[in-house]
Amino acid sequence: MKGNIDVSAHRRAVEFADGVYWVGALDPTLRNFDIILTTANGTTYNSYLVKGSEGVAVIDTVKENFSDEFFARLESEVDYSDIKVIVLNHLEPDHSGALPELMRRAPQAQLYISQRATSMLKALLHAEEGLQYTTVKTGDSVSLGDRTLSFLHTPFLHWPDTQCTFVEEEGVLFSGDVFGCHYCDKRLFNDLVGDFRFSFDYYYAHIMRPFKKHVMDALKLIEPLQLRQIAPTHGPILRERPRRYVTHYRELSTSSLSRGIGDDDQSMIIFYMSSYGNTARMAEAISEGGSTVEGVRVSLYDLQGGETDPFVDLIEEADALLVGSPTINGDAVKPGWDLLSSLAVVNLKGKLGAAFGSFGWSGEAVRMIEDRMRGLKMHIPRQGVRVKLIPTEEELEECRSFGREIAEVLVGKSQTKEVIDFADLV
Amino acid sequence: MAKAKITFEDIEQTVNVPAGTRVIEVSEKIGAGIIYGCREGDCGTCMMHVTEGWNNLTEPSVLEEKVLKENMAGRHDRLACQAQIIGDCKVKPA
Repeated sequence: MKGNIDVSAHRRAVEFADGVYWVGALDPTLRNFDIILTTANGTTYNSYLVKGSEGVAVIDTVKENFSDEFFARLESEVDYSDIKVIVLNHLEPDHSGALPELMRRAPQAQLYISQRATSMLKALLHAEEGLQYTTVKTGDSVSLGDRTLSFLHTPFLHWPDTQCTFVEEEGVLFSGDVFGCHYCDKRLFNDLVGDFRFSFDYYYAHIMRPFKKHVMDALKLIEPLQLRQIAPTHGPILRERPRRYVTHYRELSTSSLSRGIGDDDQSMIIFYMSSYGNTARMAEAISEGGSTVEGVRVSLYDLQGGETDPFVDLIEEADALLVGSPTINGDAVKPGWDLLSSLAVVNLKGKLGAAFGSFGWSGEAVRMIEDRMRGLKMHIPRQGVRVKLIPTEEELEECRSFGREIAEVLVGKSQTKEVIDFADLV
Repeated sequence: MAKAKITFEDIEQTVNVPAGTRVIEVSEKIGAGIIYGCREGDCGTCMMHVTEGWNNLTEPSVLEEKVLKENMAGRHDRLACQAQIIGDCKVKPA
C-alpha cells in the first residue's frame, strides 16, 4: 500500500484503519527533546481519533504550541459535540498540552486515565475542584457503539502513569510512548518513511531501558493481542508487520551482555580511581575478600582505563557495584562522577552499592559516593571503608573483610546480629 | 523515654528505638533494603510491608493514604519515610 502521502501539505485527519484517524502534529525543526535526547530530524506528536457509531474518542493530544495543527486536523473530521471520550495514555506535557483547551471545547467528553495519572493531572491542570475523570486499568473498556476501547495497565513506560489503549475491532494499539521514536517524516507510515531504525533503538535506549522489567510485563499484555497496527505517540505509525517491533522490544529488553557465568553466580563489580596507588591497593584487597565467598564473581576495573558506555552496560548486569575514589579538594574525582551521572539509563533499584577510598586529610569522597548511590535507589548494606593515605596491613585486612561482607550479603549469608540500640548507630 | 523494637526482616536485624522514631531514620543507618525516593511521602518509592505489629506504627495521614492508594498498596503496606514506630513491629521492603 505505497502512496504519495505528505501530511505536511495539509491540516486534515488521516484515516489509517476504518474509523481510526491520525490528527497529530509535525515538529521537524526540534533538535533536542527533554534535554536528554537529540532529535536529528525532529519529532511528531501523534494524536488519534476513533469514530464509533455512538460517539468519538480522542486518544492523546499534542504539545501545547502545536495545538493549532491538532485542532485543525480534528475539526476536519468531527464536531467537538461528537466527542464522547478523551483518553490520555500518558500525561507528559508533549501529550497533554492541548488537553485543557480540548476539554474546554468538548466539555461533555469524559476523560479516561490510569490511577497513577490522577496526581499528575491535578499538577498539570491545577484545577483541583470540578475536575472530572475516570480511572481505568487492564480489563476495563469503554464502548463507542461499534468500536470498543480496551485499556492495558502498562505503568513505568516511561512514567508511572502510562497505559495503552486497544481498539479490538480494528486491531489498532495506541501504545503511548512505547514503540515510539523521535523521527519526523511527512510520509507517516513505517513502510513509507526513511530508515528510522537508529531512532527507534536510540529512543528505547534512553527512554525505556531503565524500565526493562516493566517492558517485559507490558509485553505479556501486548503479545496476545490480535495486532494489525501500532499507533505510538511519536514517530511512524507501525502498520506494516507491527509484530516485528513487539519482538524487537523483547530482544532489547533482554540482557545485551552474556555474562558467561552461571545463573547462580552473583556479579560484584569494583571500579576504582587512584592517584598514588593507595585506593587501588584497597580495591585489590576488597576484591580478594569478595572472591573468598562462593557464588560470587568479582570483577576489578581501573575506571580510567575504560569508557563510560560499556561500563554502564556492565553495571546494568551487575548485582553489586563498588566504587573507590580518593578525596581530592574535598570531593570524589571526576571519572567517578562521570560514571555515577551516567547511570540514569539503567535500573539499579535495590542493587547493592558500596564505596571506599584513601584520603589525605578530610576523606569526603566515600560518603558522597554513598549518597549518590542512595539517590540511585541502591541498597548500601555497609558503611564504606576510608583509609588515611597508605593503607597498613591491618587496614588492608579491614578491606578484605569489607569485600567479604558485601559478597556475603549478595549470597544471603549475612549473619543474624544481636539487637542493637538506635543510639549506637553512627 | 518509651522504647520499641523494629525488626528489618530482609537483613534480620532488630533495633531498639525511642518511640516516635520514623522508620527511615533507622533503616538507612543499618543498611536495610528499603529504598527511598522523595523522602517526603509523595512518590511511594519507600513502600514497605509490615509483617507484624501493624498497629504499632502511627496511623497513616490522609496524604499517605492517598499515595498508598495510588501505588496500589496492599493492606499492610506503609511508607517508611512517614510511619513512626510506637511499638514492636517487623517490616520488609514491599
